[in-house]
Order: sequence, then structure tokens, then C-alpha cells
Amino acid sequence: MNDTQLQALREAAADGVSCDGLRAERTGEEYTFETPEATHEDLDEAAFDALATENPWLVSNWHFWAGASETHAAYCRWVEHANELDVSERYEALVEGLSREWGELLVTAGLGEDGERVYELRHVDDADMEPDALALHDNPLDAREIATADEDGRYRPLKTAPTLQRGWRFAGLDARDLVQTVEFFYPATVANWSREREGDLDVTHFRETADRQTGIYEVVDELDAEGVENLAAACCVDSQCLKRREWDEDDETELDVPRGDGAFPCREPCSLVIAAARQWAILESEESRTYEFELTPSEKNQIEEIVGAVAEGRTDEIREADVADGANRYRARYLRAKRTDEDGDFENVVERQ
Amino acid sequence: MNGARPRADRNHPTPPAVSRLVVSARYFPGDEATKPIAPLETAMPALVIAAHGSHLNPGSHDPAFAHADTIRAAGAFEEVREAFWKEEPSFREVLRTVESEEVYVVPLFVSEGYFTEQVIPRELRLDGWDVAEWDSDGTDADHVTLTADDVAKTIHYCGPVGTHESMTDVIVQRAESVTGDADVGEGFGIAVVGHGTDRNENSAKAIEYHAERVRETGRFDEVQALFMDEEPEVDDVTEFFESEDVVVVPLFVADGYHTQEDIPEDMGLTDDYREGYDVPSEVDDTRIWYAGAVGTEALLADVLLERAVDAGADVGNALDLVRQRTRGTPTAGD
Repeated sequence: MNDTQLQALREAAADGVSCDGLRAERTGEEYTFETPEATHEDLDEAAFDALATENPWLVSNWHFWAGASETHAAYCRWVEHANELDVSERYEALVEGLSREWGELLVTAGLGEDGERVYELRHVDDADMEPDALALHDNPLDAREIATADEDGRYRPLKTAPTLQRGWRFAGLDARDLVQTVEFFYPATVANWSREREGDLDVTHFRETADRQTGIYEVVDELDAEGVENLAAACCVDSQCLKRREWDEDDETELDVPRGDGAFPCREPCSLVIAAARQWAILESEESRTYEFELTPSEKNQIEEIVGAVAEGRTDEIREADVADGANRYRARYLRAKRTDEDGDFENVVERQ
Repeated sequence: MNGARPRADRNHPTPPAVSRLVVSARYFPGDEATKPIAPLETAMPALVIAAHGSHLNPGSHDPAFAHADTIRAAGAFEEVREAFWKEEPSFREVLRTVESEEVYVVPLFVSEGYFTEQVIPRELRLDGWDVAEWDSDGTDADHVTLTADDVAKTIHYCGPVGTHESMTDVIVQRAESVTGDADVGEGFGIAVVGHGTDRNENSAKAIEYHAERVRETGRFDEVQALFMDEEPEVDDVTEFFESEDVVVVPLFVADGYHTQEDIPEDMGLTDDYREGYDVPSEVDDTRIWYAGAVGTEALLADVLLERAVDAGADVGNALDLVRQRTRGTPTAGD
């Protein structure tokens, strides 16, 4: 606690202060100072100051939250487990750091000067890395660059895809910078999480989103119920996106696809999902047909393995010489050489309407 | 160090107007009921830059980021946030990401039409939006003040950068940048190039509007509006000029397929965009100084600010700061 904090408390006491077990009031020249352990009334200013000095954590803790905006305070209090730990427990734990996972981010609150908080942010998989082994950043704007490409340099059009690159850390952030940095990594997640906690997350379901589309996306509302289910299974599960899906087909029709375990909610199909839905709405306008062509049982299995490998993003992991894997490149080339013509189409296909 | 704001540092320069730390005293019982004892009074407005973005091209958001950073550094707004049609935060959710109660939204689009008149107002949930309130014939959208349905904020929805008169200055500045000549004009022709499309007649109007304004300055020997998809076509650029040197400035926000692949190949600067092209390149005895997307010019930040100022934003001396910085001249007093 410093003099500025103490003076602010004296001034605020006139209107009454209550925060995390600290209560301070002033009526006329008389102060009240209450801690979780005891209530002291009829105090003069010197006695009030003395009690504040004996309880520096309570005062600096109040002062810190007094300076934070509503959204920042709610988020930062969650980060330091404020509803599970009392002030003294928190201050003791903050020395080592109190953490939360937020998607692939590890957010850690620590203790700064005079009871203030400082925050650190790194990739959750870098939790045990020595600080010096990670590239240090202190400017929230840097997060935009880090979030743009994955480990292999490929563009990440979906910010909440579980493909955040590692090897960096943000240190020395204050509450405002922390939230700003988190929001550059995962835009609007703090705002929507906050709304959800307050019970007023405004969910927009698929049909409503589809209905308002215009231009090339007008076709999206033609995707049927099964298509919406497949859409969510393709794009919205935890392996593809870290938001927890709160929208369904409509407010009466829940999707069977798991919503995910993410800390922050997804309140509406995103632009990537709508762009994909457009593609599927167009493709699904075709009727199924029966095709007849020959494959060995192993070749049928192999095609299924290839679909699985692409869908799971596993193709890069298949070893060059692992010809036992149906999605191995040599295996696919052999199948192509055997069963397809020069355009890559299956040969001798009989099509029935 | 304490929680009081404002403060001055690299990310949050001291704002010209002062926001106040209000110390109130509300009961602070459990965490669920946690309210800050002293909510920050966000008297200063926010600026949202609404851009297209891309699912495929990582460079698409670069101009929005760069101009946002220029404006942040000038300290004109409490918050500056980029929002995108194809990236995040989406237009749909950006307003809830800013704390200010008053938000200026400026579309980083080159023309008035589908995006500025339908998509952005719809996605922002602007209550009572009617394009008639812009009272525009396609190139003179102004601003309108509305509320958004999902947030209790005042939204000043501005016309796009592309049809603001200051965009003409950016086109000329782009010509200076690409030629490396602050006095470029004499002996030079300049072509302002647009997509041009029958889907949106305003697309061509914006190009012709700025071409006419450049012409009125008398600075260049010749000025021509050209298009990718309609006559007069950029393919035949050399046929429209007698000058030996012609600067070609595409009125596009970001460099991408059209400005880096289509137009260079169509004009004959290169047979294959992957091999690149020289600036200038010789085509039919004319030196073509191809500038790339005008949206990448630093001075565009000035137009974003001007749009907000036209809508009533008090940006202090930020306009001067941005102009000085983005025109490459030293800040006064340096």
C-alpha cells in the first residue's frame, strides 16, 4: 500500500467502500474500518490510517479493482480465482502467479508494485518454458502478427482455431493491456464471456444468421437440418475451433454435435462457417446417385483412410515410407495409377440415376 | 503505479481530452456481483475501422492494421479497433469489444454500395438505418448517428474512405511515393483504376470523381479513369496517354489478386505476375509507374480521421499529426 492508495481510500470512504472483505466508511469525522476478522468503529483519521497500514493488502486490493473497468475487472478477477480465494490467499499465491487457460493462452496474474497486478501471457504449451527461451513482447498490438500464421507459416483465417504458434510471451501487462492482448488473439471472446456470466449472451442461431444473408450468401439458408449438423461437426468442434458453440439450428432444434469445452462461448455462426455453409448449400442441391466401379476391399478402406487423414489434418504426419498407411503418398499414387485415367477420374464407372 | 487513467505510454498516448477516474462506492459482495468500485468513465469515443479482410490472403488486413496504428499513435481516440467482414472481430461483434459509449465507424472501402449501404449497417445492427440518410448520389455519403441494437452505444456511421474528397490527395501522394518525386506531375499522366462492375454503378463513380478532382488540380499533363471490367479498360492503358510517363494508381484498399496479379498482367507489365515487374516498366514506349493499391499509402489514415471529424469527432491535433507523419515531413518542433 502506498500513500496514494491510502488517500484514495479515505476519500472513497465518505461514500462507503466495500471490496473483498474490506469495508470502509466515514460519517463526519468518524471512520469505520472492517476486515474479514473484525469491525472497528468510531475511528479518527489517525486510527483509520493505522488500521489501513496494518492491512495493506486489503487496501491495495481495493484500489486496484477501483481503477479497473467493469469488463476488465470481471475478467481479471476470474484470472486470479477471486471467487475461490480470499485476499490474503490471493496475495500469497500471486507471488508465484495465479493462472487460467483461455483457449491456447495461459494467462498469469502476478504481483506488481504496491499490491498492483501484472500479467503475463504465453502459449499454454509453453507453460514450463524458461522465460528467456520465449520471445518477449510488451506491446498488445504484436499479438495480431503472432495470431496471423500458424507454426508452419500458414495463414490462420479463424483466430480461435487451435493452431496458435508457440515461442513468445507477453510480460509486464496491466489489466487493460492484458485484455487488449487477449482480444487481439481471440477477438470478442472476453466481451462475450462477460455477457454470458451476466446471463445475457445474445445467441443467434443458424437459421436466423442464414436468413439475413444477402448476395452470394443468400443461398446459405437452403442447407437442410442434416447439413447444419454436418456443418457444425466439420467446423465447430474443439479440434477445429476453441469457442464453445452456443448456437443451434434454431432455438427449438438443438444440434447433436458436441458444443465443446471452451472457456468462451460462440454466439453465432462465424463468417468462415457461413462461407463453408454456402459451399455445402450449393453442393447439397445435387441428388445422390449410385455409381458402380471396382475396388478391392483394401482399396475401399484406403479411400476411407485418405478421407480420414485429410479431415483430421494428419497428412503431414504420415511418414514418407510408411506404405502401410492408406493415406501415404506412395499408396495414393499407386491407387491413382491403377484405378484412374489421365484426368484422375475413376475408370469404368457405371452411373445410375 | 496505480490503476488511475489516463496514462501515457506507447500504446495509450495521452488523449487530448481527459477521461476521469470516478471513485464511487458500491457494495462489492461476491464475485458474481462484482462491480468495479470506480468504473472508468469513458468520455472519449472509440474509432472502429470496418474493412473487408480475407479468409485466404493474410495481407488483406495489413492496411487496416497499419492505419489503425497510425491513428492510435496520434492519440485521437480512447480506443481504435479494426473489424472485418471476413476476419475477427466481425462487424457483428466489434461494438461490444470497445468500452466507449460513443463509437465512430468508418468503412475502409473504396466505394459506396453493397458493403457500406447494406452489409455493414446490417451486421452492426444499426437501428433505423436508411441509406437515404446519407443523401448520396454515389460519391458524397456523409454520416448518420444511430444506436446499435445489441449495445447501448451511440454509433456515428460514416461514409467510406474511398469517396471522401481527401482520397484524391492520397492518390496524388501515392504517385509521389511510387515515383519518389514530391513534385511529380509535369510530363506525367496519371490513371486512376477501379474494378468497375455492372453490379454497382457507384464503383465507377468513385473512380471518375477522383480522376476529375486530380484533373482540376492541373498538376498532371493527363488524367484518365480506367477500369478492369468495363470501358475504358486498363488493358489498353498506353492508348489513353500521350505522356511518356504514366502513373497508374488502383483505387483498391489492399494489395491482392486484382492489384498484384490481374492488373500488372493486363497492362503488360509482366507475362507472369509471379516473376514480378519493374517500376517503371516500359510498355509500348510508355513508362508505366504502377503504384499498387492506394489503400496501402500511409496518408490514408488521414482520410479515416477526416471521416470521423466530419461526423463530429473531436480529435484534437491528431489530423495535423497524422498528416505530418504520413507525408514524411517532420513533425513541427522536431
